[in-house]
Amino acid sequence: MENKYMNIPKEKFSFVQRGDKMHDEKFKTKSRGYFADAFLRFKKNKSSVVAACIIGFLVLFSIVSPIISPYTIKDKDKMYVNYAPYTEGFSDLGIGILDGGVIYQSYSENQLKYLEGIAQETGRDPLIKILDTFEEQEMKRGQIVTKTYHKIRVNKYFEKGIMYMVFSEAEYDDIIRFEQETGIRVIYPYVAPENLAADNLSKDKKDTLTRFYKDNLNPNLWYKVTDDKGTPALDADGNFIHAYHLNPKSTTIPGKEYTGIRVEGDDGTFIYSAQKGSALQCRIDYYSYYQYKNGHAPQYIFGTNNMGQDIFCAIGIGARFSLIFAICVSAINLTIGAIYGAIQGFYGGYVDLTMDRISDILSGVPSMITVSLFQLHLAQKVGVIPSFLFAFVLTGWIGMAALTRKQFYRFKSQEYIMAAKTLGASDWRLMFKHIFPNSLGTIVTSCVLVIPGVISSETTLTYLGIVNLQSFAGTSIGVLMSQGQTSMTTSPHAMFFPAMFVSLLLISFNLFGNGLRDAFNPSTRGVDD
Amino acid sequence: MKYMFKYATQRILLMLMTLLIISFMCFVLIRMLPPAPLEPGDPHTAVIEARRAAMGYNKPYLVQFGIFLRNIFTKWDWGISDKMYFGREVAAVFAEKLPASMIVNVYSIVLSIPIGIALGIWAALKKNTMTDHLISTLTMVVISVPSFVYAFLIQYFLSHKLGWFPFLMKGGTDFFTWEMFVSMLPPVMALSFGVIAGFTRGTRAELTEVLTSEFMLLARTKGLTKAQATIRHALKNCMVIIIPSIFGEFIGILSGSLIIEKIFGVPGVGSLYITSINGPDYPMFMMLTVFYTAIGLLSGIVVDISYGFIDPRIRMGSRK
Repeated sequence: MENKYMNIPKEKFSFVQRGDKMHDEKFKTKSRGYFADAFLRFKKNKSSVVAACIIGFLVLFSIVSPIISPYTIKDKDKMYVNYAPYTEGFSDLGIGILDGGVIYQSYSENQLKYLEGIAQETGRDPLIKILDTFEEQEMKRGQIVTKTYHKIRVNKYFEKGIMYMVFSEAEYDDIIRFEQETGIRVIYPYVAPENLAADNLSKDKKDTLTRFYKDNLNPNLWYKVTDDKGTPALDADGNFIHAYHLNPKSTTIPGKEYTGIRVEGDDGTFIYSAQKGSALQCRIDYYSYYQYKNGHAPQYIFGTNNMGQDIFCAIGIGARFSLIFAICVSAINLTIGAIYGAIQGFYGGYVDLTMDRISDILSGVPSMITVSLFQLHLAQKVGVIPSFLFAFVLTGWIGMAALTRKQFYRFKSQEYIMAAKTLGASDWRLMFKHIFPNSLGTIVTSCVLVIPGVISSETTLTYLGIVNLQSFAGTSIGVLMSQGQTSMTTSPHAMFFPAMFVSLLLISFNLFGNGLRDAFNPSTRGVDD
Repeated sequence: MKYMFKYATQRILLMLMTLLIISFMCFVLIRMLPPAPLEPGDPHTAVIEARRAAMGYNKPYLVQFGIFLRNIFTKWDWGISDKMYFGREVAAVFAEKLPASMIVNVYSIVLSIPIGIALGIWAALKKNTMTDHLISTLTMVVISVPSFVYAFLIQYFLSHKLGWFPFLMKGGTDFFTWEMFVSMLPPVMALSFGVIAGFTRGTRAELTEVLTSEFMLLARTKGLTKAQATIRHALKNCMVIIIPSIFGEFIGILSGSLIIEKIFGVPGVGSLYITSINGPDYPMFMMLTVFYTAIGLLSGIVVDISYGFIDPRIRMGSRK
């Protein structure tokens, strides 16, 4: 075996490569840069990708929602205050969402009749569903009376029903024109307090009732009632008896002639307006009036807050500010921190020590105090936003500077820096051309992680009312939440939607930032493969 | 120990210096503001003017600061409230508000630290299982969401829907009655979420690192069971990181949370701070500024120094 190769004749040998060139084999794969590599690793982290998508969606929402909302932030409807989410199409589907529904815990039979009255007159039934019926026993004049109560879900927009409103004659004519064009009835027959008392009551009682209803005008009563609780007087079939003001009797309240749509059963004797000085008072259906005024039915996808603003639009406006502000803060912090940290890390020694002391002292100031001091101080001179921004920047850059400093210490003693220095590169060039790009990944990542922090504290500060941004930005998520807080029990939606938005935003920003950090941090390379 | 002592002294002196500088900066900024305007015809005008003159309102800021410091060191006089608690000593008002903040915070820490550490240990032991993922994700979510969202959820569901707790904390100073305890639970819970999540995350991160280290393998090869090795070796090592942060947390109990105290009506330091800004009541604000700064600096020092006491291997200040 071994001998076989011992005596190979010389001529059997030949050169392998004399004449041709030796090359390394060319890579058949595509080369991949640092960022491409990081992106690839980022894509593997599913939760971060989802978070990035959610952030994209929320950003899109904040851009689009004020545009597609029929309202602006300045629209404040005094009538629809703290109303639940409602749109016209969805409420008809009866699936329990977007129907303006609120739950009333105990409603008596009498109050149900009242809702029925609204339904009959306006043709929109406020009662969505009776959830529960229970009986309660009460002592009344020494007797035990059993009363039935209902837990019901009511459409607040429909429950608003009829209102008294005063118009000029021009407006009145305009409304009538609207009625004739669209076929939507806005003005309803006039009811005066003296019409309400049922016919079979004694004169004394009638007078008392008239006086009572003059003081407690309830525009939704259009039927004869028997007492001051609004108990309807029913006819033989159990129907309401209307209490509309009739023309022949009218000597006291001459209104203007009405040419709009008349209610059923009107033989031309109902009057539709009453003269009040030079203006006309009418009973109008607020929902239809809203359509007349705005050209569309009320559409509050997220409901309204206690200022009567559309929350859908307001969240968008608030989020726009939060995001832009956070990005600005983070960019400024990055710039200052990078330069400061670069000088610290590059020169080291006493420069480093002195600068470190300064940042130490600054970092000892609690951020809450900085913000409030600047608010007290600068807000009047340079405006709320610059002083707010300044307060965030004052201590915000310290973290970034420490990070950059660490990276600089890591890289500055490496050979390639020495080589560059030997070739005569200036300090500035060494810092920002040779060292800084190495730490870019880490710094950008922490920049992303700064954003949720800024949004969170901005929200907190506006929530507490320490900073007032309303004049500049219109509103902010924190303001929306503190407005929602005041009426939390009756209209939780006003708190819920802003809270959900900001929570979702912060969670996804943190997830996204963590994903980025893992992707950019080479020490985790290969761990998951 | 000698190094420790030297290091501690150094740190404390440095902290006092920092505190002095920050206080001076804030002091000047506050004094630069025009003093709270007096209503014309206010019967106290003469008294207030005299008091302001005594505080050195017309003198240079450095002199004013000197007077401020002298009053504190000689008479513990932090000034007199000129708006909200008119005519009362700021320090006295502050001392009145401190207990409520402290008690709420103590309850919250006592409740949340054991839960947080236990969850962290559980997650670390079950690393990369469903349990771990669930706990880690929840922790992540809880840390991201701002605390007033929990406050809202607690108030809406527990106080409004279920009616278990009152909406606001009970007034008065009977801090150890049952009724008071129940009314304190909502703010305690709202504060606890964040602390629990923080400790869970910290413990989990630390323990997973320790569990994969080589001395654990050695302990197992010596014949210890997994439980023994974990309790005797891993937990001990991981506590080196955890315990200092507990100390830091305990310093923080003094400060109270602005937002939680406002929402739940806790009559504590946090709500005092908010009212002092909205007042504005400058002497009160100045005292609270110094207080918050001191708390922040102190907790940093306590954390750093306690490392040295807990783990003798960590020698700080012994570079030379």
